[in-house]
Amino acid sequence: MTQQPFTGSNSLFRSLEHEGVELIFGIPGGAILPAYDPLLDSPIRHILARHEQGAGHMAEGYAMATGRVGVAMATSGPGATNLITPLQNAKMDSTPLVAITGQVGTAAIGSDAFQEAYTTGLAMHCTKHSYLVTDADELPAVIHEAFHLASTGRPGPVLVDIPKNVLNQPTRWSEPSLAGLPGYKPTKEGHPKQIRAAIELIESAERPVLYVGGGVINAGASAELAEFAVAVNAPVVTTLMARGAFPDDHPLALGMPGMHGTYPATTAIQKADLLVSLGARFDDRVTGRVDAFAPHAKVIHVDVDPAEIGKVRNAEVPIVGDARLVLRALIDRVLSLRDASDAPRRQKWFDQLDSWKTTHPLSYDQDPDGPIKTQHFIERLHAITNGEAVIVAGVGQHQMWASQFWGFSRPRSWINSGGLGTMGFAVPAAIGAKTARPDDLVYALDGDGCFQMTFQELITASTEGIPIKVAVFNNGGYGMVKQWQNLFYGGRLSATDLGTTIPDYPALAEAMGCVGLRVTHADQIDVTIEKSLSVNDRPVVVEVVTDPDEMCFPMVPAGGSNDDVVMGPEDL
Amino acid sequence: MQHTLSVTVEDKPGVLARVSAMFSNRGFNIHSLAVGPTNVEGRSRITLVVDAPELEQLKKQLHKLVNVIKVQELKPSDTLETEVMIVRVSCDPANRGEVTDTAALFAARMIDLSPRSMTLEISGTPEHLATFLEHVRPYGIIDLVKSGRVAMKRLSDVSAPPIGGRTR
Repeated sequence: MTQQPFTGSNSLFRSLEHEGVELIFGIPGGAILPAYDPLLDSPIRHILARHEQGAGHMAEGYAMATGRVGVAMATSGPGATNLITPLQNAKMDSTPLVAITGQVGTAAIGSDAFQEAYTTGLAMHCTKHSYLVTDADELPAVIHEAFHLASTGRPGPVLVDIPKNVLNQPTRWSEPSLAGLPGYKPTKEGHPKQIRAAIELIESAERPVLYVGGGVINAGASAELAEFAVAVNAPVVTTLMARGAFPDDHPLALGMPGMHGTYPATTAIQKADLLVSLGARFDDRVTGRVDAFAPHAKVIHVDVDPAEIGKVRNAEVPIVGDARLVLRALIDRVLSLRDASDAPRRQKWFDQLDSWKTTHPLSYDQDPDGPIKTQHFIERLHAITNGEAVIVAGVGQHQMWASQFWGFSRPRSWINSGGLGTMGFAVPAAIGAKTARPDDLVYALDGDGCFQMTFQELITASTEGIPIKVAVFNNGGYGMVKQWQNLFYGGRLSATDLGTTIPDYPALAEAMGCVGLRVTHADQIDVTIEKSLSVNDRPVVVEVVTDPDEMCFPMVPAGGSNDDVVMGPEDL
Repeated sequence: MQHTLSVTVEDKPGVLARVSAMFSNRGFNIHSLAVGPTNVEGRSRITLVVDAPELEQLKKQLHKLVNVIKVQELKPSDTLETEVMIVRVSCDPANRGEVTDTAALFAARMIDLSPRSMTLEISGTPEHLATFLEHVRPYGIIDLVKSGRVAMKRLSDVSAPPIGGRTR
């Protein structure tokens, strides 16, 4: 056999190996075909997804479980368009992702060739940056830049589109540099003057709240957050993206704020005289009506992305920087002024917060003979696993209940689609998380509506030997939409009924090579969970037949003020 | 309110598309846009006139684009601004002289002539162009095209001394 020339495809894999990539999630096709040949000789493992959206969410799950860059690969045209949802999802949730797509040959670009799509144009609004590589010699630099952009500053998705002839082009690989990014210099350290101003406000505040977002998890700043919260003696709320950044059983923890947040978390913000936002972005699901949000609070806003500061709410003290480095500087500043034990006591504030915890707890009623409540299953799963699991959720009621009722104790143990609200996220994201952390229990909590969007990836999990667990809460419909129709459309239920009998979930699971279980009565929950935990050679799907009429509370109706938390249907 | 921004970008394919896409994505309005190379190899400059109540968020979003190197807001008081306009004015041999006189006052240059029209090229500040237009509008404007404003920071001190002499 003659010596094959070193091509763009070889260079691509050399670059991916150089970046430390160990896993790629993808599907081959015409334009990306050349890149699938050197894969055979590469130490990089390829997980063959069954749909490119699945590959993208797997890469996100991998990234969210580890903090490393997830990699998805797809062909041109439909392969690339199927990646658009995961790209936008990763953009909204600041997940580091590199997507590599094949493109038709450069000579055919713009001719409406077979499987052609203007991928970089489509990706323009849903990536942090994108590249169309027109010369294979550029590949080492482009791939290096892509990984650098995806993983630094505010993390996000980067797309690299490579035409087929570029993948086939003879080339050489050379050590890349970042010389090609003259306009990209993320600020890491907070400005000392602002650090001092922040501490001045925090020390004199009577009712401070630390409002913690996903940026704290991205920055790996959980330890610093815990130290800081104690040092300044301030309560902590964790947004949907930050669940696990601060332990829920910590005396300073108030849980999640916002639309379906806990009453103490949401109300503490409303009554606060100081809001210290750490890697959070004042999302509408947190703020409710913006002009009624935290009306008495001054704001210290810490974010690595300067564009977040002042976007929704003006900040008295803006601090651009990495959450971990800024928290470290804040702690150092406090401890340079006084002893750690001399933090303001704020007794009145903590008494008030404690009383809200007592008067407005999270609650539900599990009738021992009645239909299963999703909340109850989640609490049982937590008890049986001792909370030692990576929980992955879809989008809707079950996601909110998981966030509310799972007591999180560490970062990267909660993976969900926050900003975009992508139904179908759970199954593929759980697969990605499990590949990254094979020794950890990865339990997806999914709704029946979500499950029906991406369950085919369980075939990927079975064939690739990725033993995830999936609980499908079958309430026979799109529960959250149905809840809104019941509350705000006079109970006129439109297109929210999925039925409870089709598909037969255990049979469907078995057909995909998984173990299929079903639980219909509360007294069978524990034994079913134990059974699901005993299987480790295959994925397990547990159909949990749940109460179709259960609604998710607390709730702040869309566009409402966070002063008006609805604790149950009787409040409406 | 109109603001002028001078944005230095990498001269790479798709940069202009990224800038204009960001504007539509974030709901900002572009009044005019002019783009061209600078004296530095590999750098282009986009001069943008935008309608926006405030610029902070817009400037930050521009900075977020990886290919954007520098964003400079140009305040009217210290900005050199110019625009090129080609305007076709309806006129015949009978009133051609009047149009020519007006053009001469504004330093507009005739670049095409037909029995029923005269086409003029003029450059200058937006105010200069607007005043000229008011004077030729009565003859009938057949067609008009503008380049979009280009701008640069002024370095000379033009703050006017008070009448009667300047005291320091």
